[in-house]
Amino acid sequence: MDLRYNPEEEAFRAEVRAFMQAELPPEIRDKMRLGRRLRKDDMVRWQRILYRHGWGAGMWPKKFGGAEWTVVQQHIFEEEGAAAGAPAQIPFSLRMVAPVLMEFGNAAQQHYFLPRIISGEHWWCQGYSEPGSGSDLASLRTAAERRGDHYVVNGAKTWNTLGQYADWIFVLARTRNDARQQQGISFLLVDMRTPGIELRPIITLDGEHEINHIAFDNVEVPAENLVGEENKGWTYAKFLLGHERTNNAGIGLCKRGLQSLKAIAAAEAANGKPLIEDPRFRDRLARIELELTALEITHLRMLSAVAHESRAPGPEASILKIKGSEIIQQLAELKMHALGPDALPYLREALDLDWEAEPLLGSHYAPYAPPLTGQYFNQRKTSIYAGSNEIQKNIISKTILDL
Amino acid sequence: MDFRYTEEQEALRDTLQRFIARDYGFERRRELARSPLGFSEHAWQTYAELGLLALPFPKDLGGLEGDGVDVMLVMEQVGRGLLLEPYWSTVVLCGGLIRDGAPAAMRAAILPEIAAGRLKLALGAYEPQGRYDLHRISSIAARAGSGFRISGRKSVALDAPSADHFVVSARTQPDTGEPLRDLALFLVPRGTLGVSLLAYPTQSGGRAADIALADVYVEESALIAPAGIALSILERAVDRAAAALCAEAVGIAGMLNQATLQYLKTRRQFGTPIGAFQALQHRMAEMYIAEEQMRSMAIAAAVQSGSDDAVERRRTVAGAKAYIGEAARFVGQQAIQMHGAMGMVEDSIVSHYFKRLTMIDMTLGDADFQLGRFSRSMAIA
Repeated sequence: MDLRYNPEEEAFRAEVRAFMQAELPPEIRDKMRLGRRLRKDDMVRWQRILYRHGWGAGMWPKKFGGAEWTVVQQHIFEEEGAAAGAPAQIPFSLRMVAPVLMEFGNAAQQHYFLPRIISGEHWWCQGYSEPGSGSDLASLRTAAERRGDHYVVNGAKTWNTLGQYADWIFVLARTRNDARQQQGISFLLVDMRTPGIELRPIITLDGEHEINHIAFDNVEVPAENLVGEENKGWTYAKFLLGHERTNNAGIGLCKRGLQSLKAIAAAEAANGKPLIEDPRFRDRLARIELELTALEITHLRMLSAVAHESRAPGPEASILKIKGSEIIQQLAELKMHALGPDALPYLREALDLDWEAEPLLGSHYAPYAPPLTGQYFNQRKTSIYAGSNEIQKNIISKTILDL
Repeated sequence: MDFRYTEEQEALRDTLQRFIARDYGFERRRELARSPLGFSEHAWQTYAELGLLALPFPKDLGGLEGDGVDVMLVMEQVGRGLLLEPYWSTVVLCGGLIRDGAPAAMRAAILPEIAAGRLKLALGAYEPQGRYDLHRISSIAARAGSGFRISGRKSVALDAPSADHFVVSARTQPDTGEPLRDLALFLVPRGTLGVSLLAYPTQSGGRAADIALADVYVEESALIAPAGIALSILERAVDRAAAALCAEAVGIAGMLNQATLQYLKTRRQFGTPIGAFQALQHRMAEMYIAEEQMRSMAIAAAVQSGSDDAVERRRTVAGAKAYIGEAARFVGQQAIQMHGAMGMVEDSIVSHYFKRLTMIDMTLGDADFQLGRFSRSMAIA
């Protein structure tokens, strides 16, 4: 048992840090640090920079263009990236559809899609949830009917994240009605430009456009875009969700969030002193730090167990999802509280990087302040998405505790 | 980075588990807890034979050079078996203090005796009204000829009734307001004239005593650490011992979760196992998560407890003890709750686990105390 990084890992950390310093564009870094709106161009640009360096998908096997990083290397990469202000890589592409293609896709699908994912050419989004199927995902009703050499898809997907940027969508669709719900589902890859797809923005409570409703009206999908076998899609879907949950611990992001919370609490005043010296506030902050310390070690313990046994992340990923989402939410909440009355102004334009406060407002309104309340509202999503935290507890209780 | 135990460590753990299964059943433990001594001298000799009593000591003194992780592994089993022997006081806390802070002659005289199972030690460091502060000490050690005369009172010295020597803190000069300058540590044999004990059982089946020191004369050779360095030596030993308590708590939480899960699967109400109810399933899932997070913190504490960086060590151990104190409270209270009235009776093992888990939080600084310590030493930038 040894929690220290070995010399190779330390060298890797130094390499990542130097890379971030040299290659991360300052505009992107500033947007991340100040919580300003990130555009598609920013995220694709960053993916291309990583790709050119050979780090487009560090965890992937070498034969698919990855660097075959260890779990510890991946952890270091994320931690350094978050600390430097790098955006997260597009998860739906790299972390969700790609592992499914590697595990269950055919050679043609792997050869066509994986290089385009890693280069940033294709942006993927997720077609899982439906208006009537949230936590009970297997009840989904979007239908794919086989007609000759293609499927015809009809139905609707919702809570789709950043589909407005996407080139492709992976869709869970019902291909058989007579069987158990889970047994009639297939996993399809759909080009977003296909006629019959209509995307409608959903504005969330923070006033932003992050998610969408997507309607499918007689959308023709070539049969070769079926992943694996027809009616086996639920197996692939669960495999994907395991990867999604592991990713959702977001340790690097939480660490960065904690650091910025401390900086904010040091800059804000309470009782004529820095807020961070207020014992009540400081203890709340300390508790979050301890939760995060525990989660980081739990995360590494589980990832190394998965690595040693070379298997896909199992139900223990639910712990990471629950704890990670709780920490992200607590950080967002405390940042908002740190602002006191400055939490109230709602300035949409302040979320653009070039915004400058009017002199009167600027006299007390810190540059970090504008996005914090909206982020608090927005982060309520983390305990709901990727399988609500209640669903995660169901998973733990069924698959780990055997209740 | 590697989270696996070595083969030797796994063998040690298996040996202890076998010992507990064979020799330390619930009924046997209850008899021992009620006996005058409060533990098994026979078990103590078994620990000596297994090398447990030599575990953290240096090779040249017959020790096994075990580190914080080895101690963690043993202490987790101490928790799982609810072992009553004064292993923690003698080997981890006082043995560790002697190893790290005592002069060579004292180390050579004491550590091999502990390892052989012939000597037990207890710490008398806390005083009435001092709560968990190691420096809030009124006992005085005045120079007298070639030695010292010590007077004062020590409260709730764990495992003191069976100890052969006490590690005692006292001021070598009147309170200057700078504990670092005043405080010294002494090794006081229990039979020394002027030492008297008020012994009592503890809530979790152990033994403790208040120690009165009335003009107790000790030679210069009894000085473990003089003023100036004694407080940091004491703090370090207490941090290591706190890390060990964290591991004991993890062992107990694991047993409570195991017992509760079993109960949920077997207890039937409304025609179904109560584990079929989602309210209880989610609570159990939360207890499982708490145990995993506790384990992670215990690992951090075990690894950092040996650190020479005092700030890093304090921060990690205090943070772990605070976190585990709160998580353990949740696991313990919910284990009792989910057992219903069955958890309330003296006859059920969960009540004993719950009491020990609760008393661990109350030892060497509870969650509030340790959270304050962590919070003050937390990195800000």
